[in-house]
Amino acid sequence: MTVIASRQDIVEANRRRYEELRTAGQEAKPKALPELTALDAAPILPEAVISREEVPGDWYAIVRLRRGEALRIADPAGQSSVSMIAWREEETSERINCADTVKVQWSAVVSRGRVILSDMGRVMFSLIEDTSGAHDLMVGGSTQASAAAAYGAASRNTQENFTAGAAKVGLGPRDIPPCVTFFAPVAVDPAGRFVWNETVKRPGDFVDLRAEMNTIVVLSNCAHPLNPARPSPSRPITLVRYRAPAAMADDPCRTGSAEAARAFAFTDRLYG
Amino acid sequence: MIADSGSSSMSASTAIYVHDIPAERPWSYALKKGQTLRIIDSEGQQAVDALLYCLADPAERYSAQDTLRTQGSAYVELGTRLISNKGRVMARITADSCGRHDTSAGCCSCESNAVRFGEATKYQHACRENFILELSRYGLSKRDIVANLNFFMNVPIDPNGNFAVVDGISAPGNYVDVSMELDVIFVISNCPQVNNPCNGFNPTPIRVMIWDEPKL
Repeated sequence: MTVIASRQDIVEANRRRYEELRTAGQEAKPKALPELTALDAAPILPEAVISREEVPGDWYAIVRLRRGEALRIADPAGQSSVSMIAWREEETSERINCADTVKVQWSAVVSRGRVILSDMGRVMFSLIEDTSGAHDLMVGGSTQASAAAAYGAASRNTQENFTAGAAKVGLGPRDIPPCVTFFAPVAVDPAGRFVWNETVKRPGDFVDLRAEMNTIVVLSNCAHPLNPARPSPSRPITLVRYRAPAAMADDPCRTGSAEAARAFAFTDRLYG
Repeated sequence: MIADSGSSSMSASTAIYVHDIPAERPWSYALKKGQTLRIIDSEGQQAVDALLYCLADPAERYSAQDTLRTQGSAYVELGTRLISNKGRVMARITADSCGRHDTSAGCCSCESNAVRFGEATKYQHACRENFILELSRYGLSKRDIVANLNFFMNVPIDPNGNFAVVDGISAPGNYVDVSMELDVIFVISNCPQVNNPCNGFNPTPIRVMIWDEPKL
């Protein structure tokens, strides 16, 4: 005879599973995360480099990053913030999803060992190196209005950079999702207010994103809207596209949590 | 901050529209500037996912990041102005008997459920399915789905960045009033999620009511 679970049994089983996942996600996973990268560590082998680019303050860049390639975003002056959106190259309705990224990883902050997810339950990028650990997924980039108020009329801003970047790959305003901003130390205080912690930013900070699918990326090198510095503190950043070392079986991004392992399994099916 | 009643002119008899949205179902309505939408959590602990699009040009739509940046804090509450991706105020929260709403956690989807809770949950109904179907009535598609509002959903963020959906704090009959400052398409998914506490693991119906702008 089949035993049919009662509605209440299902509710309780789902609650138990949720609490187990939450405990793993908020207590075990952070302890297992790798240390932040040292500023002088992780040199890129010259033969791995595909291309280099310097992006002036307040400007943007479009980068096509293939699965297995990585992008180093470096902030030599330690004053810039870099906002990013991205789409899957073969199907641009699939794009970076900040809400799923924080929800799935039980964390409003990402750092080395974490991943950035698409809206389709797949991994777009792994944070394989990261000296900073201070990246914002909640507040977004500057806009025409915020930049005008902060730095004066006609100031360049992330909103317009994304619009221009998207247009150059055939996409429009409807395709611009919420962005992640690197080197943007934003936290939420106990009252729910956003706070900016400038002391976390250091000259030479970098983050390396390994693409786990073929992507089109737009990066905007505009100051974060919560950065109180006036005039605009943004300085040139450097982008290095390189062939990433193959992920090992114990790659922390792939194995760090049950959620990440599933997201990678779903991603691998695109290319399997 | 909590207000426990809307305008005194907003009684059941003066509402121009009353509708119960069944558990797990979508709903939408073209709301005029000046109209107020009340969303009532009829049975309590029910998350209500919502998106707003400008009627005149749906490429202008609700922006969670612009809303949070503008107000400088992480939660949606009484007084929050809902900001578009062009920086305009689309609507304002004018009454709130619950006190805590989210706009950072996005909506559930079959695909994110599979990542979070295992592949078997891929084949459960989800908010994004609701949004896709409801938006299709207006010629909009998945690419138009941006980070949404989650009324009555409790997602505290601690200073270390811990982020989790926890038990809802809305009691039966709690409501939130959203007053339009532009003509908007207001889209709701009455959240079907059964894998986390946003709906008390048990999705229930909600009620929506609409009032015209009070005559002076």
